[in-house]
Amino acid sequence: MLTVWAILIDGLIYASWLFLVAAGLTVIYGVMRILNMAHGSLYALGAYAAASALGWYYNGVGDQLWIALAIITVCAVAIGALAGLIMERGVLRLMYGRDEVLMLIVTFAMLLILEDVMKLIWGTTPYFAYQPYAAMGRFNIGVLTVSGYQLMVVGVSVAVGLALWFWLERTRVGKILRSIIHDREVSEAMGVNVRRMFTITFMIGAALGAIAGGVTAPIISVVPGVGVEVIVVAFAVVVTGGLGSITGAAIGALIVGLARAVSIHTMPELELFIVYAVMATVLIFRPHGLFGQAVARKI
Amino acid sequence: MGLQKSEIMLVLAAAAITLLSFVIPDWLAFTTTLAIASALVVLGVVLLMRAGLVSFGQGLYYCIGGYAVGMGGRFLGINDALLLIAMGVVVTVALAMLLGLLLTRYREIFFAMLTLAFSMILYGILVKSQNLGSTDGFGVSDWTLLWFDPDGGKGSKTVLWLATAVGLVVALFLNRYFGSAIGLACEAIRENEVRVEYMGMSRRQILYINYVIAAAIGSIGGSLTSLAAGHVDPTMAYWTISGEFVFIALLGGTGHVAASFIAAMIFIMVRTYAVELFPNSWQMILGIVLLLIILFLPKGIWSLFTRRRRVGS
Repeated sequence: MLTVWAILIDGLIYASWLFLVAAGLTVIYGVMRILNMAHGSLYALGAYAAASALGWYYNGVGDQLWIALAIITVCAVAIGALAGLIMERGVLRLMYGRDEVLMLIVTFAMLLILEDVMKLIWGTTPYFAYQPYAAMGRFNIGVLTVSGYQLMVVGVSVAVGLALWFWLERTRVGKILRSIIHDREVSEAMGVNVRRMFTITFMIGAALGAIAGGVTAPIISVVPGVGVEVIVVAFAVVVTGGLGSITGAAIGALIVGLARAVSIHTMPELELFIVYAVMATVLIFRPHGLFGQAVARKI
Repeated sequence: MGLQKSEIMLVLAAAAITLLSFVIPDWLAFTTTLAIASALVVLGVVLLMRAGLVSFGQGLYYCIGGYAVGMGGRFLGINDALLLIAMGVVVTVALAMLLGLLLTRYREIFFAMLTLAFSMILYGILVKSQNLGSTDGFGVSDWTLLWFDPDGGKGSKTVLWLATAVGLVVALFLNRYFGSAIGLACEAIRENEVRVEYMGMSRRQILYINYVIAAAIGSIGGSLTSLAAGHVDPTMAYWTISGEFVFIALLGGTGHVAASFIAAMIFIMVRTYAVELFPNSWQMILGIVLLLIILFLPKGIWSLFTRRRRVGS
């Protein structure tokens, strides 16, 4: 019984982290049809920005928890949106209209560039920003102990999910974006400035990736390569749920998160394997993911 | 059918490499071997690319080929290089025939991401395998080539001769294959697969054959790499390695089999120097070059040759 609870709580925590990481990826794909391989690098960028800003803050400026959390958010959003703006305006803009697969390779090129840009800025020594994690202590849930910070990550994840839902379903920009998702050419004919919407979408998607990194920074040691590891798991989540669907990303994150928790508590040696096994199994039965839509063949 | 012009050129190039191997230093022989080995994996990527599929998981077969050589020598006591390579090919083809059934149902990014996922599954398994050295991998035991024992300072030369011979055979085969009915149908599939079906050809069958061939030569490339390097580790299956193969494939273009060999040689040579000179910005250079190729040379460096020829005549 204890294991079941542990699996459920671990699975939920991991799933909410997965959703945070995957949300930006699926938003960008949904609107722009670009699978952004550099998403992991945006995550790493957010983590580096948050870690170095926290390092500066705790090194003599102050030690208020809420200010630290505000710093994480502001730094991550700022650097993510800025990087997104540069990537979209500087590179992707030149490539619109090419194959989806070619765009995949373009974003792979941006991943390679970003990885080294981060090495040039932050070097190769690890950054630590454990203070917020330590400051939030641990809580007892029944007989299990959970860290307060990780419970907060669950909250952040739910908040991000709700905000995205509200943005897409209840605001004017969201309505315009949905029209682009539905039919790009018709919305363009109706006077929608698709290019500007693409820029906005990419900046928001990039900022979401950076937030995920910023929030994770206090839990991990930030070293070169964290982004490259994250991206594959994020892909697995969005492909399982169905590319471009927010609900899909949430369900995909829950399935993958629980599967991984089951594996860690029962068969730890299969941990890396299980994420991809879940994805492959879903794709065998639903080739476009759980919430994906099949596209009609064109002749 | 007589010998084509490009076939004669390929044989001459192989002969030239063999002759030059007697005068070049060991490090250059080693680099050339690595380039030929990578070019074989890249040819697999090119083979799929001609049919419109991008594989981000060719590292799966590259790794299996490498580990077949390592494990064959270590656990089965097989020491002959050709036998070890053949063993890798057998395992690879068996796996590719199974995975191919699933993968040929997918296109575009789904194909790319699924191939990536399968190579990462192998990576995950190898990292957790303590008796295979986990992330450190393990050394390849000494090997022989038929009756020849390559020890005594001649190891790097022997493996270069082997790579050249194998590379030549694969290049000649693929050169004919690209021009065959199936090879030509690949380009038609890339343009419009439904029309290909209307003409009475099975696109899945063609893609399946391509996938299995690509896997087999990827495995040969991995085996040659591990014979030359004398070491295997799980990063061979990591997805960024597969990304490098996609990079070389785009650099060379799909115009001709020789393009992959030239591109691989350029890649390996530049990497050798760039990693020493700019250890922290080598990937950045790679990324920028990749973007420039996509923008200005969408058919790869091979288009430079053909373009000049067309202007000349």
